[in-house]
Amino acid sequence: MPSSPPDHSPQALSLAPPRIPAWVSNLGLLALLVLLWPLAGALNENLNPYYFQILIIIGINVIMATSLNLINGITGQFSLGHAGFMAVGAYGAGVVFKHYFSAGWSGWTEAGAFLGVLTLGGLLAAGSGLLVGIPTLRLGGDYLAIATLGFGEIIVLVIENTNYIRIPFTKPMPDTAATPPWNVFDIGGASGLHGIPQPQSAHYFFWTYGWVVISVVTIWRLVYSPRGKAFLAVREDEIAARAVGIDTTRQKVLAFILGGFFAGVAGGLSAMWNQNLDPAGFNFMKSIDYVVMVVLGGSGSITGVILAAVVLTWLPEQLRAIQQWRMVIYSLLLIVMMLIRPEGLLGRRELWWTRRRIAPKT
Amino acid sequence: MPLLQLQNVTLQFGGLTALRDFNFTLESGELVGLIGPNGAGKTTAFNVATGVYRPTAGTIRIAGRAIIGLPPHRINRLGLARTFQNIRLFGGMSVLDNVMVGFTQLLTHGLTQTVLRLPRHLSDVRHCESQAMELLDTFGLADRFEEPAASLAYGDQRRLEIARALATAPKVLLLDEPAAGMNPQEKVELTQLISVLRDRFRVGIWLIEHDMKLVMSICQRVTVLDHGETIAVGPPQSVQENPKVIEAYLGEPMDASGETAALA
Repeated sequence: MPSSPPDHSPQALSLAPPRIPAWVSNLGLLALLVLLWPLAGALNENLNPYYFQILIIIGINVIMATSLNLINGITGQFSLGHAGFMAVGAYGAGVVFKHYFSAGWSGWTEAGAFLGVLTLGGLLAAGSGLLVGIPTLRLGGDYLAIATLGFGEIIVLVIENTNYIRIPFTKPMPDTAATPPWNVFDIGGASGLHGIPQPQSAHYFFWTYGWVVISVVTIWRLVYSPRGKAFLAVREDEIAARAVGIDTTRQKVLAFILGGFFAGVAGGLSAMWNQNLDPAGFNFMKSIDYVVMVVLGGSGSITGVILAAVVLTWLPEQLRAIQQWRMVIYSLLLIVMMLIRPEGLLGRRELWWTRRRIAPKT
Repeated sequence: MPLLQLQNVTLQFGGLTALRDFNFTLESGELVGLIGPNGAGKTTAFNVATGVYRPTAGTIRIAGRAIIGLPPHRINRLGLARTFQNIRLFGGMSVLDNVMVGFTQLLTHGLTQTVLRLPRHLSDVRHCESQAMELLDTFGLADRFEEPAASLAYGDQRRLEIARALATAPKVLLLDEPAAGMNPQEKVELTQLISVLRDRFRVGIWLIEHDMKLVMSICQRVTVLDHGETIAVGPPQSVQENPKVIEAYLGEPMDASGETAALA
């Protein structure tokens, strides 16, 4: 540092604007969403159903891992209950869609209803994110991990012990006792919910990857914006974050709500894709799967986590050829990976990074 | 009305009184020191003022507004910013991002505007970035804006922490041992920087420091703490000659032997 502070001139150094203007990237994303439609049609006709299935699961897992990364990697709140959010979204969307679905729906109605229940599932999961967030905020590290683990297990237990829900006064008052004024929503209890209708598959690729784009772009833009730095600040040092005016409680709840929302949407997508839901499929082992994706991709790196979600979904499928050795090899690969790159595939870096430059002096 | 006022503040941890009947006022543009031996309660006084601890008794006001019970981030937004004795930067984030975090409360746009990158978001970002770069420039850190904060040299980290605190547009700046671990040359530069900051940002500065030369050269008033008790208040010269202060730092004078003479 010079012996006297440099002159305070407003244009001493300033940053050059980003190379890609906002309206260009917005248009590009819109074009991408539009192009997904013909791509979905083409894939549906030409792709082997097995690979199509893998593609859909990859999409769902990318949404799950990216949203968990917002909570675990970026905000630094170690959550072991992400499958719980997924379960809430899956059951919320699946139960409502099954109850109201009619085979006579036109394509547009079906698509609208599908989008509606996915959003509903997301909102329910976001609400449970709020519920988990508030009591567990005082906890950190291992304690938070255990509390979220408990949340995930509670969700599974509640579903396993609920056969149906009656929602009163959702039908007009009846003339006879034989038609009561309530709707009965089938939950299925421990034996699971079966026979969830599925929209046409061409739609399915479109909706899945549409949500992949929406969730990834939302989280990316949020994290790499001035407002999003607050999430990172909470991870880096909570005491310092509070000292510079950040409401750390609010940031953590926000991370749980947003992460929960997208996990709920992913759950809804998986419900209608599989057409059957098994509550035990959302236990903590499922949460661990997503934690592994986040850690392996690099906690905090959005592109790294996406990469890990793709690889870790595709790899076990490829290993099917070696049958009983499959999980052994898979586990060994994870161990080796953690030994040679403990910080994950990309660490905290992203796959690409636009370096900001100093603007030339005018 | 004083900018920052602590009246009869007492903080007890069980049987231990960390701070007893502490009184302090700071006016706009003042530079006041807080000294005392290790464990005297200096950082505790800062922690009480910034809402990290809730005092057992007493009142604290920022520009007349009582702040006891408010969480630290609300107190910061009322105009109290601080640095930490053991540097607390966001180490994994870039130098620019560290300062940008301080600007968060200046943002006028919401999450939707951030995600859709609407014009309001973009103008906010431009505004914050240029302010952050200006601030970094003042501290001689602008050309290293993209480096991770943890990779900076020690003295630079201390200065970045002050820059980050100033980003929150405080009325009062609390500096906890800003010169700790600096070499004599860096200390001289820091002394100049602190008085420049007070004038340029029009903040009142409350300073904990062990380096007496620094304290004596820039502070208008000094409070001396020992075991949580205020043992002296006043201009640096008079405090320095106060026998209680000398006793707190050097121990009680011994009667017959030559040791006391050697220390004096």
